[in-house]
Amino acid sequence: MSLVKIAGLHKHFGTNHVLKGIDLEVASGDVVALIGRSGSGKSTLLRTVNGLETIDKGELVVDGTALHDGRGDLRALRQKVGMVFQQFNLFPHLTAGQNVMLAPTVVKGTAKAEAEDIAKEVLLKVGLSDKFDSYPDQLSGGQQQRVAIARALAMRPKVLLCDEITSALDPELVSEVLAVVRQLATEGMTLIMVTHEMRFAREVGNKLIFMHHGRIHESGDPKTVFAEPQTPELANFIGAVQSA
Amino acid sequence: MAYRFDFAPVFEHTDLLLAGAGFTLALTAVGAVLGIGLGVTGAVCRAWKLRPFDRMFGLYVEVIRNTPFLVQLFFIFFGLPALGVRMSEWQAAVLAMVVNLGAYSTEIIRAGIQATPRGQIEAAESLAMTRPQIFRHVVLRPALAKVWPALTSQVIIVMLGSAVCSQIATEELTFAANFIQSRNFRAFETYFVTTGMYFVMALAIRQLLVQLGQHYVVGRAR
Ligand SMILES: Nc1ncnc2c1ncn2[C@@H]1O[C@H](COP(=O)(O)OP(=O)(O)O)[C@@H](O)[C@H]1O
Ligand SMILES: [Mg+2]
Repeated sequence: MSLVKIAGLHKHFGTNHVLKGIDLEVASGDVVALIGRSGSGKSTLLRTVNGLETIDKGELVVDGTALHDGRGDLRALRQKVGMVFQQFNLFPHLTAGQNVMLAPTVVKGTAKAEAEDIAKEVLLKVGLSDKFDSYPDQLSGGQQQRVAIARALAMRPKVLLCDEITSALDPELVSEVLAVVRQLATEGMTLIMVTHEMRFAREVGNKLIFMHHGRIHESGDPKTVFAEPQTPELANFIGAVQSA
Repeated sequence: MAYRFDFAPVFEHTDLLLAGAGFTLALTAVGAVLGIGLGVTGAVCRAWKLRPFDRMFGLYVEVIRNTPFLVQLFFIFFGLPALGVRMSEWQAAVLAMVVNLGAYSTEIIRAGIQATPRGQIEAAESLAMTRPQIFRHVVLRPALAKVWPALTSQVIIVMLGSAVCSQIATEELTFAANFIQSRNFRAFETYFVTTGMYFVMALAIRQLLVQLGQHYVVGRAR
């Protein structure tokens, strides 16, 4: 049974029809790479999966929690879906540890001592156990992004969404963040990631989705899809990215 | 015949002046705490467009910012009894200060709230936090930190403005000064000393608020 199920999903921004009927199933442990040109609807699709964007029509089910045409228990959904953003979005007035502890204590009512243990565990996982008391502005971009990943993991999500999480980083900081994502994938975390790192998508992903004009234009196993694109649009896109 | 300065007739009443200054500070303290509390409430309603409270606070802010403090005070003290609302001069003074500071701080704090980066709110939403939780834990402290200097100035303005409360016989510093001057007829000396006291009080309040802000609000929040 699939962990995430999206069926006939439509989304408009005013008259702009951004998602034109998305069907997608993600199994537990899948690592899905979403690629496509800027404006093709990748971020919007990701953001509908945890309710940051409303859904006009269609069905979304994550681990049994469902939204029908956009209606359903948003907070239950969000507890199952973690999200990491391009711009890190850490809370600047809280230390790394406090950033991570906030949602478990406030949302789940986890006791402070237990939340602290969780925070230490997830910060260790992203290689930042020594930064518990550091504030975001004392950390590099790569470190901030790893704290953001730890913050999402502390809620024990069933699936983690990553929207171009290395795009705002200096090139030399990209690999430390990708290494963390790779590790999560190895441990069986279900991931849906928008990425421009084609090599990473091919190596770590087990499912590739090419979005074009608000539709899933082509999808399949990354290795075969990259090797033998079936549509001229994807072939074009791969060519454009590789020559960039 | 040159004027002979003589401060002794003022310092005879040092106890009155100090008591007045104490009352001014007490008025300011209560007014500041309640006024900023009201401001936070108004700012949330305005920033988050909570119907119908956002409109009500909008009207309130406009009325208070576009009318004289003295008239607001007279309305509360002399006007409201017509509706059966009677208060002591202290209650009226505190209420006028709270209402006045509440309006200005609503606008000041609203600016701080609206400066919260959208991404931080989305991050909090994606962690399944509710709106009140997000406000309390993510928005409020950085917002207050951003506008703390403006709030500090506003509190000082209200402290200085409280001089007007002497007009309804609230026995604060200016009331004490007026009383002393009416006894010794030493207007220059009396108001010179009083001016100095207000000046020192303003500096002290600014210093206190800067310190408090550093400790409890700004901290690392910038
Ligand atoms: N909040 C929004 N309001 C209006 N239009 C939006 C909004 N977010 C995205 N869009 C539009 O939706 C389309 C898809 O955007 P997006 O999902 O961000 O694409 P991608 O992530 O693939 O670059 C674009 O045309 C974009 O302008
Ligand atoms: Mg995008």
